[in-house]
Amino acid sequence: MSEEQRDRVWEVFRQESEGDPMVHGGSVRAPDEDLALHYAREFYGRRQESHRLWIVPREAITELDDPDLLKPPFDRSFKKPGGYIIKHKLEAAKARAGESM
Amino acid sequence: MNETERAEAFYAHVGSGGKVEADDWMPDDYRAAVLKFVEMHANSELMGVLPEREWILRAPTLRRKLALTSKVQDEVGHAQLLYRVAEDLGKPREQMLADLMAGRTKFHNVFHYPTESWADVGIIAWLVDAAAIVSQQALRDSSYAPYARTMKKICWEESVHIMHGRDVVLTMMNGTPHQRALVQDALDRWWGPLMQMHGPPTDPTKDKDLHWRIKAKGNEQLRQEFLSIYVPRIRELGLRIPDEALRQDGDGRWHYTEPDWDELRSVVTGHGPKSQERLEFRRFNHAQTQWVRDSLLGPAAAAA
Repeated sequence: MSEEQRDRVWEVFRQESEGDPMVHGGSVRAPDEDLALHYAREFYGRRQESHRLWIVPREAITELDDPDLLKPPFDRSFKKPGGYIIKHKLEAAKARAGESM
Repeated sequence: MNETERAEAFYAHVGSGGKVEADDWMPDDYRAAVLKFVEMHANSELMGVLPEREWILRAPTLRRKLALTSKVQDEVGHAQLLYRVAEDLGKPREQMLADLMAGRTKFHNVFHYPTESWADVGIIAWLVDAAAIVSQQALRDSSYAPYARTMKKICWEESVHIMHGRDVVLTMMNGTPHQRALVQDALDRWWGPLMQMHGPPTDPTKDKDLHWRIKAKGNEQLRQEFLSIYVPRIRELGLRIPDEALRQDGDGRWHYTEPDWDELRSVVTGHGPKSQERLEFRRFNHAQTQWVRDSLLGPAAAAA
């Protein structure tokens, strides 16, 4: 059996400071979890640049990148703050309120 | 959509600044071009530590020894990260190492030369790394996204090496006349390989790596950027650059003696002064450490 088949790929996520999001750092290759952890520590933490690391077997990741689901071509502006343009409505409402006083 | 249309759509995507991930579909020629580029880069990081490791035992102070050891670890780490990027494109790491050790694949010209004194350690870390970082910074925009992301991390680490190298050079320049002479001597020997390092100017319309945005800048542009930043920094220390023709015209463009492209071709194909010795050391080292790989990988294979 070649060394290729004996190794697995592990994806490494790192948190820079406490409370930060876990961000993908890269990947390492190792035959088991213990060695994956040591590699990850050497590659992504030896300069004290990480507060926490997550080491995940690549095959455990489920990917979704289907644009039909993630970027559907319909108007989704009602889901975003920018979809509500109130400047003129607010001015009109204020003007009305001022008149009635 | 047939294969040709699919490939055309792909080229248009990368040509207009689009990114590619490892598991995206890509045409074979693009995959082969990225692989060749990244593999050569990985080989260079791995071979690049050999000239420097010769000086770990001879470092003048404990702090210098720690810094140099740390730099060597960083560069080997870069090789590991880059082989990881390359193997996801389909070529097994063991095959890449075998090709390197057999002389079938290349590594950068600057790692085929000898180191004569401690000043070489300073000049390599300062100027070789500076020339490298000029091109590596441009690679942060590579169309192959896993490579671009890896380059962000590598550039961050390389910036420390440049400071370490500049500090070594400055310390020697503030030392004795003999130390200053050693730095000048190192610069005299390294200037030629440094000017060759980015390669001869290429025709941008024919350079596929550029066209597909695997790299973002051409060879000559990188050399010009290197000269613009580093010529003043070298001269301000009282060092003399060994090229009488070196000058900058009114438009900011640098003119210089044509680098020896024959030497570059000869060196990168394994005919440099230290090419065979360094490859032999890599083979020796690979054989010496086989028991480590066997002992680490053996039990996992048995359990699987």
